Amino acid sequence: MNFKKNLIPWALSLPGLVLFVSLLLIPMLMTVVLSFNVYDADVGAVSGEYTIAHYLKVLGDSYYYEIFFRTYWISLCVALICMVIGVPEAYIISRMRSPWRSIMLLVVLAPLLVSVVVRAFGWSLLLNSTGVVNSLLTLAGIGPVRMMYTEIAVIIALVHVMLPFMVIPVWTSLQKLDPAVENAALSLNASYFTTLTRVVFPQVMPGILSGTIIVFGLTASAFAIPGLLGGRRIKMAATLVFDLYKNDLNWPLGATIAIILLGVNLAIILTYNRFFESRYKKILG
Amino acid sequence: MQRRNGTLAIVFHCLVIGFILSPLLIIVLVAFTPENTLSIPTSNFSLRWFKAFFQHSDLPSAFFNSIKLSSAAAILATCIAVPSAIAISRYDFPGRNFINGLFLSPIIIPSLVLGIALLRFFSAVGGTGNFGWLILAHTIVATPYTLRLIMAALIGYDKSIENAAYSLGASSWTVFRRIILPIILPGIAGGFLLAFINSFDEVTMTIFVTSPSTITLPVRMYMYATDSIDPLMAAVATLNIVFTAVVMGLIDRIYGMEKLLVGKG
Repeated sequence: MNFKKNLIPWALSLPGLVLFVSLLLIPMLMTVVLSFNVYDADVGAVSGEYTIAHYLKVLGDSYYYEIFFRTYWISLCVALICMVIGVPEAYIISRMRSPWRSIMLLVVLAPLLVSVVVRAFGWSLLLNSTGVVNSLLTLAGIGPVRMMYTEIAVIIALVHVMLPFMVIPVWTSLQKLDPAVENAALSLNASYFTTLTRVVFPQVMPGILSGTIIVFGLTASAFAIPGLLGGRRIKMAATLVFDLYKNDLNWPLGATIAIILLGVNLAIILTYNRFFESRYKKILG
Repeated sequence: MQRRNGTLAIVFHCLVIGFILSPLLIIVLVAFTPENTLSIPTSNFSLRWFKAFFQHSDLPSAFFNSIKLSSAAAILATCIAVPSAIAISRYDFPGRNFINGLFLSPIIIPSLVLGIALLRFFSAVGGTGNFGWLILAHTIVATPYTLRLIMAALIGYDKSIENAAYSLGASSWTVFRRIILPIILPGIAGGFLLAFINSFDEVTMTIFVTSPSTITLPVRMYMYATDSIDPLMAAVATLNIVFTAVVMGLIDRIYGMEKLLVGKG
C-alpha cells in the first residue's frame, strides 16, 4: 500500500525525470569527466586518459588568473552598484501612490524580459565614440571618452541587466514591512535618517543580501554583455570559455573553467543559504 | 498616512528610469533612420531598415526558427510541469525534494555551463545541429518557469473543494479535469508565456549547441552585432522589443505582470 502510494507521484514526475536525468545530470557528469580528460591538439579530448593538468594550468597561469580576477572584480562592482541604485529605488517606488507604484515597478522590472542581446546593442549605441553619451560629454566640455570595449561599458550594461534581480527581493522584503512601525519611530521623535537606518534598513537586509548574491552569481557567468561590449580586450570567464570552445577547440580546458565557475557560484550560494535561509529559488525568475 | 517622497528621491527615481529606458529608446529611434549609419533621425523617418530585415537572407528564418523552438519548448515544459507540480505539491514521498530541486536547478546553473554540458552530450549522441535535440535543451531551461507558476497556483487555493468532490464520488481524473485544471489555468498560461519568452531570448546556452541550420534569432543577432553594426540590427532589435512587449501584454491580461515578477499582485 505504502509502495503503491509512493508510486503515483513518481509516475507523475516521470516524463520530467527522464528528460532532466538524460539532458541535465548525465551531461553535467560528462562535463566534469571532460575537464579531467587529456587534451591533444590533433584529436581534441582524449577519452580514457585523465589528468588534472587543466586545473593546475588555470590556477597557475597568470593569464587565466587575471581573467578570473577581472570576472569577480566586475561581479563585485556590479553587485555593489546594483545595491546602491536598486535598494533606494525599490524603497522610493514602494512609497508611491497607486497607480504610479505598479507602473513604475513594471518599468523597472519589465526589461528583464527583453533579450539581453538587444540591451547590449542599445548600450553599444549609447556608448560608442559618436554616441549620445559622448555627444553630451563633449557638450559638457569633458570631451569624447573611449568607453566601448572597456570595463566601464561592461559594468554599465551589466548593472542595467542585473538591476531587476536586486529590486525584486528588496521589493518583496519591503512588502512585509509594516508602515505603522516606521510611523511609530517617527512619532517617537526619531529623525528621518534614524528611522531609515535603524527601522527600515535592518528589516530589508535579507532582501538586500539575497539580491546581492543573485546579482554577483549571474554577473560572474554573464556572456552576451562582455561578449558584445567588452570585445576581445575585456574577456570574462564566460567569453573565455566560448573562445576556448569555438576558436581553440580546447574543450577540456573550457570545461575546467566552467566547472570552476559553477563551483564558486554554488559555494557562495550554499554559504549564503546556511547563514541566511534559502530564499534564492523563491525570488529568481 | 504615508510620507511622500522628497524632491531628491524623485530626481533619483527619474535618473534611474532614464537609465533603464534609454538603451531601448535609442534602438527604436535609430531603427527609423533613413541613413546608412547609426544615427538618430531628426527630420525624416524611414522604414527601409525594416524592409531590409524582411529581405535579408537568413534573419527572418532565424526569427521563425526561434518562434518554432520556443513554442515547442514551452509546450513540452508545460506538459512536464503540470503532473510534476501536482506530485510535488500534493504528495509527500521519498525523493520529493530531489525532484523539486532537480527541476528548478536550471535557474541556478549558469546557462554557460548548461551550454557546454549539452554540447558534450549532443556530440556524444550525434545530436549536434538537430532541431529536436535543441527543443529538448530549451525545455530544460523553460521547465523551472512553468513549474514555479503552476506550483504557486496549486498551493494558492482551498484544497477542501477537492476533498468535497472526492467525497461525492468523483474519480481523480474528474477532480483534475473539472476542479484542479480550471483553477490553475491562469498559472499554466502564465507559466507557458514566461517559458516561451525565456526560451525565445536564450542566447548563452543556445550559442554552444546551434548549427547554421537551426540558428535562433538571439544567436544570429549576437553574431551579427559582433561583426557588423548598421541600422539593420536596430530594426531587428526593435521588432524584438515589440514582440516582447506583445507577449508581456498577454501575460499581464492572463496572469498579471506584477504577480509574475514579484510574486503577488
